[in-house]
Formats: sequence, C-alpha cells, structure tokens
Amino acid sequence: MTEHGHRPAPPSPVEQRVAALEALLTERGLIPDGFIEEVTRRYESEIGPMNGAKVVARAWLDPAYKQRLLADGTAAIAELGFGGPEGHHMVVVENTASVHNVVVCTLCSCYPWPVLGLPPAWYKDPPYRARMVREPRALLAEMGCALPGDAEIRVWDSSAEVRYLVLPQRPDGTDDMTEAELAEVVTRDSMIGVALL
Amino acid sequence: MQGLGAVAYSAAEPAFHESWQAVARALLMAVTEAADVSGGEFRHAIERMEPGHYLTSDYYEHWLTAAATLAVEHGLVTRADLEARAGGRYPLSGPVVAPPVDHARTDVDEPRFGVGDRVQVREWHTPGHTRCPRYVRGKKGTVVRVDGIHSVPDVEAHSTLRRTEPTYSVRFDAAELWRDGQRGVSVHVDLWDSYLE
Repeated sequence: MTEHGHRPAPPSPVEQRVAALEALLTERGLIPDGFIEEVTRRYESEIGPMNGAKVVARAWLDPAYKQRLLADGTAAIAELGFGGPEGHHMVVVENTASVHNVVVCTLCSCYPWPVLGLPPAWYKDPPYRARMVREPRALLAEMGCALPGDAEIRVWDSSAEVRYLVLPQRPDGTDDMTEAELAEVVTRDSMIGVALL
Repeated sequence: MQGLGAVAYSAAEPAFHESWQAVARALLMAVTEAADVSGGEFRHAIERMEPGHYLTSDYYEHWLTAAATLAVEHGLVTRADLEARAGGRYPLSGPVVAPPVDHARTDVDEPRFGVGDRVQVREWHTPGHTRCPRYVRGKKGTVVRVDGIHSVPDVEAHSTLRRTEPTYSVRFDAAELWRDGQRGVSVHVDLWDSYLE
C-alpha cells in the first residue's frame, strides 16, 4: 500500500497472459535485451501519420512529386525516407472534387505502417470492416465525413500485398503555407479517407 | 457479417493504449521470427480463435493469442507452461482443420489478365486460410491494376511450400455486390490469380 492509501490495480487476465508468455520466451533466450523497449519506441515515436502528412504536403506543393507519387507510391514515399514492413507495395489514390477514396481491410487490419503508424482501434474492429464495404456512403456520413450526394466513392479493401494511402484534397485558404505548415493540416483520418480537410 | 452497429470512432489515438499492448506486439514479432512463421500462417492463427473470444477482444489480444498459439504449435512453450505462469486459463486458437498443402502447384509468372478485363471470382469454401473475401466470391468485376507477383497465402498458411502468382486490383460495383441499388460506389479488392476463374 502506498502512503496515499491506494494500491496499483492488480494485473488483468490479459496482462497476466502477456507476462506469462514474455517470461517463458525470455527464459528461452528468444527476446533480446531491450527488444520490447525498442519495439515500443519505434511504434510510438518513429512511425505515424506525421510521416504520411509530409508525403501529402510535398505532393500538394510539387506537381512532379505528386505525379511520381501516383505512378509509384512506394518509390516516391521512399524519397522522403519512409518504408519498411507493411509499406513495401504502396498505392496512393487521389481525392478530387468528384471522387472520394476510402481504405479498409475487411479480412484483418492491413494498414500502411510506415506512413500512418499502427491503425486506430476502430479501423480493426468488425463494425468498420463490415460496413465500409457494405454501406460506405452511410458510414462516412455517420463518421462526420460529409460528401456531396453525387460524389463517387471508391472503397479499397487491402486484401493482398498493396497498402493504400489517400491523397486528400488541399483545403482552401492554405495558399501561403509552407510545406511544414501544410503537413500540420493533414490528419490521419484524411489519409484513410474517413475525413475531409 | 452485419448488424454490428456504430463504429467506436476516435480522431486521435495513441499507438498503444496500455503498455501490455506494446509487449504483445513485440512478443508476436519474437515468435514469428523464432519459428519462421509466414504471414499466412500468422493470420490463420488469428482466424482460428474461438469466435466469441475474437469478437469480444481487441486486436492486441488477437496478436497475443496468435503469438501464444504459434509458440505452442512450434514447440517454443507448452500450454501447461503458459497456464502455470498466468495462474489460470490461457485461451489459445483452435486447431488447424484444413489438410496440409502437399503440392504447391506451378507458379504463375505472367498475368492472365490486363487492366480493363472483366473477371469472375471463383466460388469456393475452404476450411483453411485464404485472402479472398467471401463477399466477392462468384462476383464479376473489372481489373483496374496489375500488381506484383506474390506468395499465395492459401499455400503458405498450410505448408512450407510456396507458390507465387500475380495479384490484381479488381473493381466491383457495390450495387452488384449487395443488390441494393446504391449508386456511385465501387469496391476494389486485391486478388491472387488463382482466385479468379
């Protein structure tokens, strides 16, 4: 008991199961020193939507880069230093005034880690995975993504090796922004395609 | 699957909500590395979870369950070890029910289809792993992209053998998939060559 009179919560069943597997694998020499800390650090601070935002900002400012990005996403994203697991085969799809793209993985949780990080919980949960292919217009509206009624919707189900990144439309009023300022405007959800900017 | 209700949406989310989730991620990486587990075998380990457990646990618990199941199946630990350390029940995925794949059959080196071709997805039901979503089986669509040559998950999940084939991104009209008259919506699914008639 601490001097403040409360004690840490006892480990939950799932925490006990994690600790059990961790202890057994460590005893067998299968977890190198510092491995768990390194994995945590990588996913918490190195990869995430800030990387994808840089790609989008560059594409908005540099028409030649945008052309390369749409022609070969993997190579153009690598120009900015991003790549690796779940990013070896990147396809970038462009939103326009009349076409809206949105990404889902109905079979599991495939997601472009190098540019967006690990997926948010809702992306991996059954409601999103089932409904985004079944009734995308209704689901997008429900999630606050207000599209014109006649907008064409293209859903991309990442069922094989390609991972998708949506290139959102550049919002009005950003003409004077620098590349770094533009990257701040780009959200994770706009690059999944469940939000507009 | 339908009738799943609202998406539990949140705009901002950390990579890991709780520290055990990061450890689960690292443990899965350690197990797949130590036992040389293919992507297909890993995904099938999650698909073999007891359905109630699958639907009521988050994705990190899916990863933990797959890691523990694969660790037992590859002889790294025993279920008794896990239960003793966790101090209770340790739910693992169910057994593989599909027969092992003894013949990988011949690689497909050249795409059979090109952009614009109409294709029909085969209709079959496997007790094993596949990356062909059920909602497009038997349906007709149009090839919009021919991607690289990749290892077929249906083989690698059930064998040390490998077969490689081209993959295609196929566009389906949502109204044809769901017979509900929705307009202006297409769903793209990435499919291996052998998934197509």
